[in-house]
Amino acid sequence: MLFTVLALTLVALALAVPALGDEISAARRRRAKRAKPRERRPFVDPGRERRAEQRARQLLRSCVNEEEWAMYRDLGFIRVRGATPGYAYLVYPHKPVVAYTPETGRLLNEYCVEFPDMTAAIGGTRLPDSDDVLAKWMALTGDERRLIRTANMHLPGRQVDPGRVRRDLWRLAQWERERSGARS
Amino acid sequence: MKFLRMRPGHGEVLLTEGDPDVREDEERLVEEFRRQLDEGMWAAVPTHTPGSGRRQAVMIHDFDEIPSGADRVIFFPRASGG
Repeated sequence: MLFTVLALTLVALALAVPALGDEISAARRRRAKRAKPRERRPFVDPGRERRAEQRARQLLRSCVNEEEWAMYRDLGFIRVRGATPGYAYLVYPHKPVVAYTPETGRLLNEYCVEFPDMTAAIGGTRLPDSDDVLAKWMALTGDERRLIRTANMHLPGRQVDPGRVRRDLWRLAQWERERSGARS
Repeated sequence: MKFLRMRPGHGEVLLTEGDPDVREDEERLVEEFRRQLDEGMWAAVPTHTPGSGRRQAVMIHDFDEIPSGADRVIFFPRASGG
């Protein structure tokens, strides 16, 4: 009796295996059909942006004076004195230009400005960080009024944290003290 | 004199170079200068005042405005409100 049951079970299994295999294959095909085709991503050279930034830093260094270059290297921004005495700007990469009064440290305005290269839209429009800083530096020192006219003016704090700017002004003061101390 | 242009993903690239006192070079430089401004670029020449240490840029709107003796003109995308 036991032998008969075992034999029948084996026969049933042998009959079921091919049908089960077909069902699994069909399920796989259905799943593959539902799946979205894989997106072909363009090859991105991870060193490209870094090399571009290195070149941009060299260009910036060749244009600004030694103090401005050291300021950017050490603090990450450049202070540009305005044409109007008692007025200065902090120039950050890809952030608004912040106007302030050096005497009091009072923050005046944020000038939101960009330099998008629309002719290079396929490869991205954003300049390397140091090129963005140099573009702002050239536009400010070359034609401050035009840049200010072009920018969108906002009260401090819209895009750049005023606390951060005050800390940067404090860091700048410390940095200048250290440099003047090292020179004397 | 070199014409350099800032480019996203590249840093600066050399567009052309030549001696503005040589007629053929000057024609090529003028043509390239106009092309860049037509593409919406701004042009500037970094300058320095000897002795003062102060550096600044001069914005150039026309080829004839390039200061004599300038060794490079930098083209960069024109500013827009961000």
